[in-house]
Amino acid sequence: MKIYENTGSKDTRSGFGDGLTELGQNNKDVVALCADLTGSLKMNAFADNHPERFFQVGIAEANMMGIAAGMTIGGKIPFTGTFANFSTGRVYDQIRQSIAYSDKNVKICASHSGLTLGEDGATHQILEDIGLMKMLPGMTVINTCDYNQTKAATLAIADYHGPVYLRFGRPKVANFTPENGEFKIGKAVLLQEGTDVTIIATGHLVWEALEAAKALNEKGISAEVINIHTIKPLDEEAIIKSAKKTGCVVTAEEHNFLGGLGESVARTLSLNSPTPQEFVATNDTFGESGTPAQLLEKYGLNAENITLKAEKVIKRK
Amino acid sequence: MADTQHLKDLVTQVRRDIVRQVHAVSSGHPGGSLGCAEFLVTLYNEVMDHNPNFDMDGKNEDLFFLSNGHISPVLYSVLARAGYFPVEELSTFRKLNSRLQGHPTTHEGLPGVRIASGSLGQGMSVAIGAAAVKKLNGDGKTVFTLHGDGELQEGQVWEAAMYAAANKVDNLISTIDVNGQQIDGSTEQVLALGDLRNKFEAFGWNVITVSKGNDIDAVLAGLKEALSSTGKGQPICILLHTEMGNGVDFMMGSHAWHGIAPNDEQLAEALRQNPETLGDY
Repeated sequence: MKIYENTGSKDTRSGFGDGLTELGQNNKDVVALCADLTGSLKMNAFADNHPERFFQVGIAEANMMGIAAGMTIGGKIPFTGTFANFSTGRVYDQIRQSIAYSDKNVKICASHSGLTLGEDGATHQILEDIGLMKMLPGMTVINTCDYNQTKAATLAIADYHGPVYLRFGRPKVANFTPENGEFKIGKAVLLQEGTDVTIIATGHLVWEALEAAKALNEKGISAEVINIHTIKPLDEEAIIKSAKKTGCVVTAEEHNFLGGLGESVARTLSLNSPTPQEFVATNDTFGESGTPAQLLEKYGLNAENITLKAEKVIKRK
Repeated sequence: MADTQHLKDLVTQVRRDIVRQVHAVSSGHPGGSLGCAEFLVTLYNEVMDHNPNFDMDGKNEDLFFLSNGHISPVLYSVLARAGYFPVEELSTFRKLNSRLQGHPTTHEGLPGVRIASGSLGQGMSVAIGAAAVKKLNGDGKTVFTLHGDGELQEGQVWEAAMYAAANKVDNLISTIDVNGQQIDGSTEQVLALGDLRNKFEAFGWNVITVSKGNDIDAVLAGLKEALSSTGKGQPICILLHTEMGNGVDFMMGSHAWHGIAPNDEQLAEALRQNPETLGDY
């Protein structure tokens, strides 16, 4: 079994902020917009280093999305920053018409996604954003798992032409992917090879999936773990290959089971290689206030529940 | 006074294009299109420095964004007759596999369109982005927009208006088509807009009123005044008072022709009132 080490917990949003800082120095076409959450999005360094390329739009997310769309006309690469809730649901029509339908090269960068936003509660904890964004034609949807991967993704999307939704979060989580690793949009990362069950995870639950694989290993179960950082376009080949090998799948995400990674995986498998699947996701519910750890436990988004679902799905083979 | 006969001829031909496009598919929005014919003809032929060899980035040229996308018939006619695409293509308006979609879009690659519009209230924000990038690129050209007055009921317009003034987006000229009509009735009946001059001035805009928005000389004077007011620290708003359905007598004076196509007899009458000048498509 491959051992992954947490090199020091960090928040994924800092990976975004540090990636953006680097882009500011290396890519003169990158501009950044923020809706009064510069500190929360870790965009301060970019704003300080490049005031002429930083646009504070105030608490006006719809206007921010429109301005970002307009900034692509003339060759800039706009990165918008606000919470995931305000990056998607609040501005869905602006993204749909002015960005996605108009094929604008805007990078929608969304922090504080999912339950792990914590104490602010359900008004801010969006669990529907992956679904909203993946339904838009032409939209690339990325949900990164740790600091290093978020930084790498931030750099990578600047070199990709087209609208992107980049989803990350608030809390400090294990940092375990390689520093300065290569980020290939649409390419799954095989973290752990196994033979009995495939765990397909995205975002904060990738680390939980690795922990679950360890627990399963102690029980004599060999789990394969795949990190799907790009939910759209989905690496169908990697998913089908693994499902054929292990014969059963657990998907894990910090999102509603409706519209999330699990549904995309289920569609892929039902079309190509029907496979028993269990879902670790929220169950068509809003969140609530609490610490991130308490919320992940209450809503079953942790290694313990992934382990239980893995044992359950193995019995369905 | 400038010799504007060629513009008047073009307006008459654009009116014919509008009613013929809408009639052919029994759908579309002739009222607002007719009301803005003088404005768009003047803007594209006398005011804007633009390149019909379309390039999306539009560097070193003036840009126009239509925010009230439902008046696509007038935009398509003006763009075609300015050389952006063949005039004959107007016959494909709203038909399957056409670049002339019901509302303007970039999706089919129609030259002259830089953003999709139709869902209202978004164009000013887009124009601000394009105007900001012109400044970043050292491009001294101007960005123009057109909005319906009913469209001002959308909150995003005021987010954009606040931003543009606070950030001195003074290479932006936003025109409001004040025809006092919207789908369900007059703006007074549906949701009164109040004093638009005071509203925009309170937001920090330089406001120019063109009370005769269907008079080419008045429109040209207003646009020239607006253009000479750019670069002075304020975005510029033109309140363009127009008559919905202008140029076709039975379409004027109410909201009835906002989104209704003429039948065969009505088309014939509309065309009779606007004799062919530059050749039908």
